[in-house]
Formats: sequence, C-alpha cells, structure tokens
Amino acid sequence: MNEVKGGSAPVAEQQGKTPLVEMNGMAKSFGGLRAVDNVDINLFPGEVVGILGHNGAGKTVLIKMLSGAIQRDSGTIRINGRDAPINNPRDAKNFGIETIYQTLALADNVDATANLFLGRELMTRWGTLDDAAMEAEARKVMGRLNPRFVRFKEPVIALSGGQRQSVAIARAIHFNARVLIMDEPTAALGPQETAQVADLVKQLKSEGIGIFLISHDIHDVFGLCDRLYVIKNGQVVGMAKTSDVTKDEVLGMIILGKCPPGAIPGPGAMREAVAAA
Amino acid sequence: MTETLTNAPVDQARSLEEGALGRFLKATELDTRMLGMVGALLLIWIGLQFLSSLRLGVSPFDFDGRAFLSPRNLWNLSVQSSSIAIMATGMVLVIVTRNIDLSVGSLLGFVGMIMGVTQAEFLSGVLGIPFGHSSVWMISLAVGLVLGLGIGAIQGFLIAYAAIPAFIVTLGGLLVWRGAAWWVTSGRTVAPMDATFRLMGGGPTGSIGATWSWVVALVACLGVVFMLISARRQRIRFNFPLRPVWAEALLGSVSCAVILGAVWIANSYPWPIGIVRRYYQDLGLEAPEGAFIAHGIAIPVLIAIVAGVAVTFISKRTRFGRYVFAIGGNPEAAVLAGINTRWVTMKIFMLMGLLVAISAAVSTARLNAATNAQGTLDELLVIAAAVIGGTSLSGGVGTVAGAMIGAVLMQSLASGMILLGVDTPLQNVVVGSVLVLAVWLDTVYRRRSK
Repeated sequence: MNEVKGGSAPVAEQQGKTPLVEMNGMAKSFGGLRAVDNVDINLFPGEVVGILGHNGAGKTVLIKMLSGAIQRDSGTIRINGRDAPINNPRDAKNFGIETIYQTLALADNVDATANLFLGRELMTRWGTLDDAAMEAEARKVMGRLNPRFVRFKEPVIALSGGQRQSVAIARAIHFNARVLIMDEPTAALGPQETAQVADLVKQLKSEGIGIFLISHDIHDVFGLCDRLYVIKNGQVVGMAKTSDVTKDEVLGMIILGKCPPGAIPGPGAMREAVAAA
Repeated sequence: MTETLTNAPVDQARSLEEGALGRFLKATELDTRMLGMVGALLLIWIGLQFLSSLRLGVSPFDFDGRAFLSPRNLWNLSVQSSSIAIMATGMVLVIVTRNIDLSVGSLLGFVGMIMGVTQAEFLSGVLGIPFGHSSVWMISLAVGLVLGLGIGAIQGFLIAYAAIPAFIVTLGGLLVWRGAAWWVTSGRTVAPMDATFRLMGGGPTGSIGATWSWVVALVACLGVVFMLISARRQRIRFNFPLRPVWAEALLGSVSCAVILGAVWIANSYPWPIGIVRRYYQDLGLEAPEGAFIAHGIAIPVLIAIVAGVAVTFISKRTRFGRYVFAIGGNPEAAVLAGINTRWVTMKIFMLMGLLVAISAAVSTARLNAATNAQGTLDELLVIAAAVIGGTSLSGGVGTVAGAMIGAVLMQSLASGMILLGVDTPLQNVVVGSVLVLAVWLDTVYRRRSK
C-alpha cells in the first residue's frame, strides 16, 4: 500500500491490480428518466475518488446503488474482483461498504450510541440489548473522533450539526469499513469541521480504505481526490487523475460536458470534445 | 464519588445554577414528563375525592366510605382500566412507528365472540367436551390468541408489504371485524362463559387474595431492587457516571412504597358479605362474626401489569424495540441502516392483535358474555390513552408506562363522573376536552424543553 499512501497513485501503476470496487454498466431509470445510464467506475485500496456533477446529475443514485439503498436495473458490482450481489443496505455493509449520507440518516429520537449501533446492536448472552457495552464502545470511538463529545444519553436531535456529523462518521468507520462513501461530506459544516473531515479522509486513506467523495462543489474535494469522475445526465463525462487536470477544466466537464486532454472521455462527453481529444 | 465522572467539574458548575429541584431531577434521572403525568393523575384523584365526598356529605378525609379514594372504588378502577391499558401498551408501538390502529375495538368484539362461541357452544356441542372441563378455558383462550395474532398479521402484511396506509387498512378492519362479530351468531349474545375463563375478568373469585397479593408485592419490590443494583453494577463495570447513592435509595424505597401501598389498598377491599357467607357455606362452615376476606389484586390487573412489563421490556431491551423507535424517528435512516422495516412493522401489528385478544378475553370474562357490541369505540379510548400518556402522533416518542397511566387517568375521569352523577353526554365532553388539553400541555412542554 506504500506507493499509494498520501499521493495520487498513477492509474497505469494500478492497472495490474484488482480494484477494490468495480462497477460496470450500472443503470437505473425512474419512469422514463435515465438517472444513471451505463456507468463504469472503479476504486482501488487507499485511493480517494471524487464523483462530481451537478445536482441531479445522477451521482447520488449511482452511489446508492453501491450502498444498497437503491436497487439497480442492470450492471455488475465487483468487490476485490468477486461478484458482489448487493441488493439492500445490509448486503453492502456485509461487503464492508459504509456510507455517510448527506442527510446523515440518523434516527433523531434515539441517542448517539443507539444510532452508532443501529442495525448492528451488541447483545448480551440473554439476547437483550447490551446498552452498557454499546455505550462503552461509543465512548471509545467518539473519543477518538471528537474528544469533547459527552452527550451520549441525549437524542441526537439535540446535538449540533458537527456533533451529528461525528456520530454519522463514527458509525461508518467503527465497523472496519473497506469502502467509505461520503455524500456531500462537508456541505453543512463550518471551515474548522471541514478541515477535520479532510484530516479524517487522509487518515483513512493511509489505512488502505477506498473512499468515494460525492460532491457538486469542486472546491470541496479537489485537493483530497486522487482521481475524479464527472457525471452529467446520468453518464460519465470523463475520468481524470487530479494531477492531470485543472479546476477550470473539471468545471468545464461538470458544466458543459467538455472533456479536457488530460482526461479519459466517457460516453457522456461532448462529441466535439471527444474529437478534439 | 471518586468512581464517577471524568467531567465532574463541568457537571458541578452546571448543577449549581440549576437549583434544588434541578439537582434532584438530575441526580435521580427521573423523566419530568412522566412525573407531570403522575402529578396530574393524583390531582384528578384528589379533586374527585373532594367532590364525591361533598356529594355524599362525608369528610373528604374519610377513605373507607363510598367516595372516590376508597379501596372499593380504586379496586374497581383498576379492573375497569385493565382492558384499555393492555391494548394501549401495543398502541404505543403502533403510533411510535407513525401508524395507527383503528380496528382494535372491533377486533376485540370479534375475537371475544369467537372465544365465547368456542367455549359455550363449539367445544361442548361439536367436539363433545363437557362444559366446565378444565381444558375448555385453555382451548378458548388459545383460539382467541391465535386468531388475534393471525388477524394482526394480515393487517400488518397489508400495511407493511402491500404499502396500504395503516389508517385505511384498520379503518377497513373496524368495519370488517364488527360485521364479522355479528355474523358469527347473527347478533345473538353468547353466555355464560366457562367458570375458569371467567377468573380473567376479576370479581371476588377472580382476585388472588391477600396472601398472594403480598407475595406478588414482595417479588415486585425485590425485582425493583435487583434492577437498580444490576444497572449500577453495569455502570461501574464500564466506568460510567453513577447516580448518587441517596438517589438510588430514594428511587428504590419510593417504588417499593408505591407497590406495597397499592397492594395494601387492594387487600383492604373485602368480599361482599353475601359472597363470604356462601364461601363458608360451601366449606360446610358457619360464617364467623365480622369475617373479612380481602379481594387482593384482581387477575385482569395482574394480566395488564404483566403485559405492561413485557411490552416495556420488548421496547427497551430488545433489538425489535430499538428498531421500532428508530423507524419512528426516521424511517429512511432505519432502512439505510439495514433494518427490515417491513417485517418490523408487520410484527408490531401481530403484537397488537395478540394484545387485543388478551383484552378480549378479559372483557368477555368480566361481562360473562360475548356480545357483538363489545369493544365499540375502544379504539378511540386506546389511542387517547396512548396520546395522553405522551405518545407523539408524529412518531418516535412514547412510553408504555405513560400509556397505561393515560388509560387509568381516563378511566378515573369516567368512573369519577359516574360517582358524581354527571350525565353521560357531559362525561364525553369532559373526556374529550381533557384529551385536547393533555396534548396541548405536552406540546407546550416539548417546545420549552427544546
């Protein structure tokens, strides 16, 4: 994992390796609308891949198919080279895929501990909830993420935005995730909290976790990503190593679908742009 | 408290600002809303005691007569509340998940009718089991429970898997099961019930007597103490903040005092003299002068308490209960967390059906008959009990204990007004107003506590 640590791993170097996540021909329609149309995306261990696009471009639908929240119409998902039949969120979690949703997906009326273990509760030997053990674990993991967090007994609705975010992050990383999906991770955060998230991404990357960062704002993620995919109208405009393109070029991809020379065009790229490349 | 908090200085600084009451609540970790509800119930009781003793022309501090706070009236109140209280425990889970069950009253009528027909006609007439055979009550009860569970499963399936709104499915159920109850006997009332079955309805024989009541009280007190100690042990094991010892002791002794006091009241209500004489006659003895046989806890009340404890346990200590509340708080988050929300929803309605069947047994036994009007409008009383007890119709919030207190509160108003000779229409006006007032107070409380 050393060659990918901290820097952008050249795609060429990785081509010999098995991708951590490989999605091929992913498609999903809602009525007549093709929200995701034949998308191929992959992710290597210890790599941060950005998925960029306008609101409504199809990035959240794509990622929800990977996290099992939306059932795909067609396409295959491979994890470590093996077919992964992901049809619901539980399947995805069993493959080590964890997601931090933009909405955080917390049950507002229960406490931080219950949210952290939601769906994966620790049980006593009598088959009842082991609240004390869960709270102890929660205190440990929250202590690492946010040492000032002490409100373990209160419903999460009473917490601040940053605290709620820590709970959602703790839930995603506590169960030995191999793939982490972060949907608009910094959209609701202040500058200090955004910096914390960036630090966390770097730390997880160095532990060999593959990370998808979903964003509509290029500035949020450009500095963190090794590679970028740009999606427009449900199709991939192009894929590029962050080191090979400028922010302006990526903006062009997002807004116009124009693929710059440094990027590998996809099916969604503008025709002239393909010709020019 | 050397073993306590790591953040003790902060807590101390904060508690200095909070005043004595705040410190007390913090130390005991009592739910202020629950306290408020108990306070409201006590206020209503005291008010009714004054009004009823005024009407009877006795001193308001006379607790032995026929005023509201007499053993006789409180014992009857406990029996009358039990049927609604049993169903209210399940309704909490239904409403917490943002559903509703309007069918419970009709379902009670239908299940009660089937249980009645089973014991009064089917078992003796068709299967040839003699009336009064010891298996009759068991078979009838089992038939009722299976039926309740099954109908709950059907309604739950339609709601969870066919995605028909609970309001519609159970509104349909309200009509369907009432009609079905009529259909079973073409509207005829079925009576009498099996003698053993009838014990579930209360009455002098349907109570467990003084000795066993004290045994139950003792076991309950030991249970409370054991729970407090084991909870404290757990917290010590994980180095969590602890309640001060005085707070634990206070909680334990107050709970035990309430339990013992309630049993003492139940044991102060004697059998009527006629039944006492017959009891001694059956034993071939002369009734002694001033014979006193106490009722003790009524069996339906015991059933309601067991149901309450069981559903509380389910909602607090099991995975299913945790999911019920998570679904209520954020259904989408529950799905994303990998919870099978449909199966959980279906199970809630199955539990509700089972509880309705238990209530049906209690009320059929109490009436000593199955009628097709049984349980009419119970759905509204059950929902009102849950809501008065702090269950939020927008989901995610509610306690079983609160709903049971709500059931007792409404029954207190109803029976208190009968005691005062208030006309039936005015009773409805009062109960309806109290429902609205209770929800309004709760809304205000919630807004202020945010």
